[in-house]
Amino acid sequence: MTLAYFLAGVTMLALNAYVLLGGADFGAGVWDLLARGPRAARQRAAIEDGIGPIWEANHVWVILVVVLLFSCFPPVYAHLSVALHIPISLMLVGIVLRGSAFTFRAYDSTNSPVQKHWGRIFSIASTVTPVLLGICVGALVSGALKLPVGGTFAETYVMPWFTPFALAVGFLTLSVFAFLAAVYLTVEVQEHELQEDFRRMALGAAVAVGVFAGTALILGESTPMRLTGNLLTRSWAIPFQLMTAAFAITTIGALVTRRYTLARASAVLQVSALMWGWAYAQFPAMIPGVHTIESAAAPHITLKLVTIGLCGGAMVLVPSLWYLFKVFKAEPASAFERVDTAEYRTGKD
Amino acid sequence: MTDLLAARTQMALSLGFHIIFAVMGIGMPALMVLAERKWLKTGDPVWLDLAKRWSKGTAILFAVGAVSGTVLSFELGLLWPRFMEYAGAIIGMPFSLEGFAFFTEAIFLGIYLYGWTRLSPKAHWWAGVAVAVSGTVSGIFVVFANAWMNAPTGFELVNGLPTNIDPIAAMLNPASFHQTLHMTLASFATTGIAVAGIHAWMLRKNPEDHFHRSALHIAMLVAIPACLLQPLSGDISAKFVAKWQPAKLAAMEGQFETERAAPLRLGGIPNEATRETKYALEVPGALSFLAFSDFNAEVKGLEAFPESDWPPVAITHFAFQIMVGLGTLMMLASLWVIYRWVRKQEVAHDRPLLTFLALLTPAGFIAVEAGWVVTEVGRQPWIVYGIMRTADALTPVPGLIVPLIGISLLYLFLGVVVVYLLWAQIIKTKPMTQEIRTP
Repeated sequence: MTLAYFLAGVTMLALNAYVLLGGADFGAGVWDLLARGPRAARQRAAIEDGIGPIWEANHVWVILVVVLLFSCFPPVYAHLSVALHIPISLMLVGIVLRGSAFTFRAYDSTNSPVQKHWGRIFSIASTVTPVLLGICVGALVSGALKLPVGGTFAETYVMPWFTPFALAVGFLTLSVFAFLAAVYLTVEVQEHELQEDFRRMALGAAVAVGVFAGTALILGESTPMRLTGNLLTRSWAIPFQLMTAAFAITTIGALVTRRYTLARASAVLQVSALMWGWAYAQFPAMIPGVHTIESAAAPHITLKLVTIGLCGGAMVLVPSLWYLFKVFKAEPASAFERVDTAEYRTGKD
Repeated sequence: MTDLLAARTQMALSLGFHIIFAVMGIGMPALMVLAERKWLKTGDPVWLDLAKRWSKGTAILFAVGAVSGTVLSFELGLLWPRFMEYAGAIIGMPFSLEGFAFFTEAIFLGIYLYGWTRLSPKAHWWAGVAVAVSGTVSGIFVVFANAWMNAPTGFELVNGLPTNIDPIAAMLNPASFHQTLHMTLASFATTGIAVAGIHAWMLRKNPEDHFHRSALHIAMLVAIPACLLQPLSGDISAKFVAKWQPAKLAAMEGQFETERAAPLRLGGIPNEATRETKYALEVPGALSFLAFSDFNAEVKGLEAFPESDWPPVAITHFAFQIMVGLGTLMMLASLWVIYRWVRKQEVAHDRPLLTFLALLTPAGFIAVEAGWVVTEVGRQPWIVYGIMRTADALTPVPGLIVPLIGISLLYLFLGVVVVYLLWAQIIKTKPMTQEIRTP
């Protein structure tokens, strides 16, 4: 059964990657929506450059989470699909609109008024989708997804996730994504003025993260799981909370003193610690009150083969990802960058 | 509309929408890589222009394919949670592997699209090859999972529950080989013919146009092998269906009676009430021969099965006729192009051929949709053939008409936008061989 725990960990790791990479893309969309003032256009351009090459790859992490869930923990996938039918469906609309609008905007260069509409759709979808994702997570951890027998439609399919706690987690997710995006962008832009803009945004988002995390913590006590108690009293819970707090203070300190690379590293650790703190708080439950890792795990042979598949896949994926980031996030830009394509490529190869 | 019908319609719509982008996502990278190869070899800027245009098309199609694929991965659970709960452990493997292949495709597509100036030309070309290969592989993995629904193997049923699961055997089930072959060939045939058709139309106005001639050349290079091999692959599929899913074969052919020397029907209207297929052109014994390699073999008719196990006969029959008819036309067009190439070394001055190709532009897509209707509607009332009924897999969530309407409007909107963008980005803009700006 240790394989089941390992694969649950991998699923969580994939979700962690989705938050750190895909989440930052959503967050960038939020800043696109909020871009104001004399540098709004340049901010938007910086956001687009940052997302551009990598965004498709960033969003595949969520597919990995889904396929791991339904291969290794089929009852969990089935249960969540029923209980969270409505927020997941709405989230999908957001994912579709956001992903396609981003590409449409990039390629619809022929017509600028139309392009503005794409930008608007992209940024609104970027803002709404994380809230819905957070609501799903909030409903899950709150232990409210038991699917009452014979309940009304509202009792079964709406009330479990339409709670103050789940909403607080929704907004927490949104602010975490915006926070990550702004912190990353401080490293990625070169211009001083833009860097200052994104620094201010990052600090603002950090405050929002703190506010919503606090709200969720207070509301958590009233959830069926009495979550706050779990988060604070289980043996290893305190170190997780302390780690999150320490990283948060480091990030803010680094932002204030303009050490952006440090801020980025620390923000990544802060958000990861937050997520693993949640995972630990409900461990070994996958859906609190319904399924544990063991009760939901697929037969051993499936888990074994998926693990082998994961190793094989990772052998392809890790070098590919490394190459992707090397090509696009390397500094300074590669030598080819400064040469015009047309000039440089006219001769025979 | 019942919830079951709403869910089935939503699934059909989502798959039918996604498959168009999946097909192009497999076919377009092949075109783009071939064009870039020509550019590296000859230095003729027309090939670079083509590679860039096609890569833009690929980017737009891939984005919509990616999001509509994400929707599907959730929809399987949103609509058919009981199926996923039952089958996840058995066929989750190919889905997981597909996740990786798709991930690789996304990574290298990013490198390809944004790396024109950042990579050496050779490295850039290889990134394109990685896109083409991983796209094809990812399609194959998904079809593995569908093949299992037609030929569920790799487990034993004990008290109605799957036990002794063998995911490898499930993945390599008897339907896997022919379904993946048929679908992969279909992707290349469809994309090649569609692109060839568009440029053939342009060449009718100006047969000397270097740009359109070059595009047509590459498109047919991709289309011809696939179009010629597809009938053979279809034959393998038919023999499988005859053996494993006789009710589906009977519906495809409108065969109500069990008989020896069963005829192959061209056209015809099956009537489930009177249990006969009228107005068909019948080729005596041909069905027996195609299904079992014996003109006198017995073919099971629908009467051999209880009516509760019948798929919708007319839809399956019509869809099958459409698929085979269009596939045949695409094969003929390919042979015609080969003939012109051999005799005259070019096709641009053969107006009837250009018109024929232009008319075939949507043929592959219609054939692919029809083919999936045969596979999926023909498998009804089962979601897992002979094991689980579609009705039993349905979610308990009521009011499924609401997401159906939502997804229909969303996809209608996206479809219109994609067609407009492809038109504006790839076809309408003047050739810009000196174009510097990358997307």
